[in-house]
Amino acid sequence: MAFNYDQYLRTNKMPTLWCWGCGDGVILKAFIRAVDKLGWNMDDICVVSGIGCSGRFSSYVNCNTIHTTHGRTIAYATGVKLANPDKKVFCVTGDGDGLAIGGNHTIHGCRRNININHIVINNFIYGLTNSQTSPTTPQGMWTVTMKRGNIDPTFDACNLAIGAGASFVARETMLDPKKLERVFVKGFQHNGYSFFDIFSNCHVNLGRKNKMNSAMANLEWIDSISIAKTKFDKMSEEEQKGLFPTGILKQNTEAAEYTDSYEKVKQAHQNNTLVQL
Amino acid sequence: MAREIISTGNDLAAIASVDAGCEFFGGYPLTPSSEVMHTISDLLPAAGGASIQMEDEIAGICCAIGASMSGKRSLTATSGPGISLKAENIGLAYIAEVPLVIVNVMRGGPSTGLPTRVAQGDILQAKTPTHGDYKSITLCAGTLSECYTETVRAYNLADRFMQPVFVLLDETIGHMSGKAVLPTLEEVKAGIVPRKVFTGDAADYKPYECENDQPAVLNPMFEGYRYHFTGLHHDANGHPTEDEQACDDLIKRLFRKVENYRDEIESNEEYMIDDAEIVIIAYGSMALSVKEAVNRLRADGIKVGMFRPITLWPSPEKRIKEITDKVQKILVTELNLGQYLEEIERVSGRRDFDTLFKANGRPIAPVEIVEKVRGM
Repeated sequence: MAFNYDQYLRTNKMPTLWCWGCGDGVILKAFIRAVDKLGWNMDDICVVSGIGCSGRFSSYVNCNTIHTTHGRTIAYATGVKLANPDKKVFCVTGDGDGLAIGGNHTIHGCRRNININHIVINNFIYGLTNSQTSPTTPQGMWTVTMKRGNIDPTFDACNLAIGAGASFVARETMLDPKKLERVFVKGFQHNGYSFFDIFSNCHVNLGRKNKMNSAMANLEWIDSISIAKTKFDKMSEEEQKGLFPTGILKQNTEAAEYTDSYEKVKQAHQNNTLVQL
Repeated sequence: MAREIISTGNDLAAIASVDAGCEFFGGYPLTPSSEVMHTISDLLPAAGGASIQMEDEIAGICCAIGASMSGKRSLTATSGPGISLKAENIGLAYIAEVPLVIVNVMRGGPSTGLPTRVAQGDILQAKTPTHGDYKSITLCAGTLSECYTETVRAYNLADRFMQPVFVLLDETIGHMSGKAVLPTLEEVKAGIVPRKVFTGDAADYKPYECENDQPAVLNPMFEGYRYHFTGLHHDANGHPTEDEQACDDLIKRLFRKVENYRDEIESNEEYMIDDAEIVIIAYGSMALSVKEAVNRLRADGIKVGMFRPITLWPSPEKRIKEITDKVQKILVTELNLGQYLEEIERVSGRRDFDTLFKANGRPIAPVEIVEKVRGM
């Protein structure tokens, strides 16, 4: 029997505002299947999102949801999580939301290693607002703010998350929904900051001026820049250029999680000692 | 029996928060407000709550709003530059109707200004801290005791009206140390006005469906009442809408829910005003100097009194009008260049007030006020 998504969705909000052929829906469905597989109750889940196409993710999932200001998703989620450490908190941001205006919060969420699942829906462009350059827009591509080609170096979001201290870091694309679901299940269970850089297509506002004017063309391009970490690691530096490794790039189960550490602060108050980390 | 305590204004705001049931603090250090965080970061975990120093001012208010959305009484504290940074998210709390107490310990501005010196330059900022239409609730403590009692009141007003409430201190009162007389803990607990909750079937729950001057009813998260918070204009369930009528209803309701219930919010102090031929209007730490000046002038037989708004926004309109109608000679004193004067002029319709302003980081001493009044 086909998977029934309806119990997890606000069905009266369907259809989504995402364009026909957009990858965001694939990510939404993988998220739902992962939550279902884990047997989590939607009453125990809070999904926080920001501004952009990805920002609408929180409107569609039938749980406790917050649609924040641009870039501040992680900060809102930190408040929800620290005030309710036994609940499941998810952040869904775009590449502009999570890496440009909200970059500082992403860095510090990773550094604290607070148990939040942060999904970056990375479509390499500001799609909702008509094609402005994002921190992940490849160099040379047309954007409405760099019509002769983008000169800004692109961000590797996973390297950022690893460097900042996230204890679970993975990259996948929406090309393989089953694999995406498996990585979500692993990351969602991880006790710490779980960072997912998920490549999605925007053939409408990235593709139209960059010779990827259909979903298929955009997906082929995503496929051409993504490569399994096991293969990537065997390549020379020259061969790795322009490619992004996929899979679980980091998992450290030893790193202290922030709300666990905060519990120890409370204990230290009770025992009148310094915190025992 | 009332409690007596030696403390500072900033510490009293922190202590009051925990007594009033605050369970979460999010903020970023900013002179001269930092002591609020220094103190509450120690008090909250001991009381079972949580306090976090975030990576910047914006994150500080965002996490406090997030905690409040989940159902916890929450606080952030800062000074003028921090309010400037927090402005956008204060707006989200207004439109999504999320209660939050914001303590602003005022310092000299604009910009970095005079970090360690006193000012009352954020009065108009507190009235309109962010873009769009809404009604500010702003309380201003004028004594050490009020740093405690007005903070407690701010939590109750925030939950009653479902919106941010400002508590304005200033550098002088925030850092001033002295005796404060406080209500008993039992009195504070008995006075707590909890947020309204919907107890019916979750399927019937519409958090933003309310009478045209009533606040939203926002249940705590994780209890089976699922809904959506957004900074966008929204419908009865909190979902984004651009429907003309829904947008109109929402913004007018945000306005009316405060405007129609001003008498629950307005407050002021009147000192030796009954027979006064001269009235000095002052608020915050400025009123400490004014009260001393009134005492000195009265000792010389000059009939002078003080009117002190405690709630700055919405202003105590009715009393301002009555006093300015009755008394000819009125002196407005502020540690800015006349921000509240504008409101007094608006309410009274008069434009003939004497003024004594200073915005260079220094307080106005009683002797300066005495001299000014003698010349009126």
